[in-house]
Amino acid sequence: MARLKRTPLFAAHQKLGARLVEFGGWEMPVQYSSIIDEHEAVRKAAGLFDISHMGEVRLRGAKAAAFLNHLLTNDINKLAVGQGQYTLMCNDRGGVIDDLYAYRVAPEEYLLVINASRIDPDVNWMQQQLARWPERAAVQLENVSDQFGAVALQGPRTAEFIDRCFAGPARGGTQVSKPSELKKNQLGIFDFNGKTIYLGRTGYTGEDGFEIIADAGSIEAIWNHILAVGHAFCLQPAGLGARDTLRTEVCYPLYGHELDEQTTPLEAGVGFFVALDKPEFIGRSVLVEQKKNGVTRKCVAFKMNDRCAPPRPHYPIWSNGSTAQQIGEVVSGTQSPSLGIGIGMGYVPPEFAAPGTAIEIEVRGKRFPASVVQKPIFKKS
Amino acid sequence: MSSKVPPDLKFANSHEWVRVNGDVATVGISDHAQQELTDVVFVEVPAVGRKVKAGEAVAVVESVKTASDVYSPVSGEVVESNKTLAEKPDLVNSDPYGQGWFFKVKLSNPAEVNKLLSPADYSAQIGK
Repeated sequence: MARLKRTPLFAAHQKLGARLVEFGGWEMPVQYSSIIDEHEAVRKAAGLFDISHMGEVRLRGAKAAAFLNHLLTNDINKLAVGQGQYTLMCNDRGGVIDDLYAYRVAPEEYLLVINASRIDPDVNWMQQQLARWPERAAVQLENVSDQFGAVALQGPRTAEFIDRCFAGPARGGTQVSKPSELKKNQLGIFDFNGKTIYLGRTGYTGEDGFEIIADAGSIEAIWNHILAVGHAFCLQPAGLGARDTLRTEVCYPLYGHELDEQTTPLEAGVGFFVALDKPEFIGRSVLVEQKKNGVTRKCVAFKMNDRCAPPRPHYPIWSNGSTAQQIGEVVSGTQSPSLGIGIGMGYVPPEFAAPGTAIEIEVRGKRFPASVVQKPIFKKS
Repeated sequence: MSSKVPPDLKFANSHEWVRVNGDVATVGISDHAQQELTDVVFVEVPAVGRKVKAGEAVAVVESVKTASDVYSPVSGEVVESNKTLAEKPDLVNSDPYGQGWFFKVKLSNPAEVNKLLSPADYSAQIGK
């Protein structure tokens, strides 16, 4: 096996006593204290995640927006400077190559934040598509993944101390006098120790929070600074274990689980981020067809009815009753720390997709009752 | 993190411990094992009356991240299993050698216990 890659925060994780695991080719912290502790810290106070493994691609030029609108499913023209959007990149069959965040950082400059495990396939695909693009001379595409590190600060208390971490006013992106004035999906450009940092109000946990992207050499200082400032607000470092339970509770897709190249955004339930009213983009004709005729399988969320073994990826999903048959497979599953019961997502035919539908999850040869539920599975009251 | 290895127990390579009292052995998983597993959220214990063989997978312990088999280090009949774990699986984390026990086996071959690891050998195996 190829040597695992390490983020610029690797030494910081070791110092904090993190348990390190392989994730998408990277050696990453799965937890520092306990997954459940860190999960609860993010739901109740704040958690800080290393997301430096994620990739960044910069596009510049007079035709960058037009090229991105050809490449991505959401409508990039809706972005004002300093705004970001969740979007997907599809192949010709409408299958998802990656799901990502696209930020407009300047009038003719975009920053894409892509999945760690998809950096190579994404960049290859983008370069191939650009090579065929008639106006390629007016687009500069650059994979800047190695130049950047990133952290995600997440949780209901982050807004209480983000301004103590980074001083305003923003000198680019959305014009705000301090970071806490950013609204959801807005991005501001600030300085930290004389270096440019991007601060986006977004995240992957269902909580308020910020993602901070900065040059790889600055990220350890930023990490330590945020941990020091956040200490008084019950901030904890949080690993990929909590990141996964948090995102599963709010039904955010994870590439390789809910999404892959054989699955369309409509099947995955993220059709909201597909602008079928755009005249053209890669995968559009397939998705228009699918929208008209309906999908043959759908990604549903489910909750176990009783306390039992937690569902896991690849466990069979069954219909219930006397004519029970296998109808699909779990793609994400875990014990929900917030609800104290097994939860997950899986693909089933549309006739089983309505919330309230009784299904069964097979665990080690035995079937346990579960119910299809509305997304998100967990919502703060 | 340092893990405890009590001096009065025997251990299996697969990280179970055994405490022998007369002809009954109590089985659980080691402190090291619970630390490796992290937050235990579910435990499946064997039914009373089940005949088990040494090395057989007879229980399952699940953390937030993974499911792992638990092997019986000894042969015999299950005479009791820890029902409390259904409600409080986290006892495996908080008290692995006490309230976090899994099941008790009436030994059919007590000599098997001698083949298990001593606390010193087990400590060496887990690198402590």
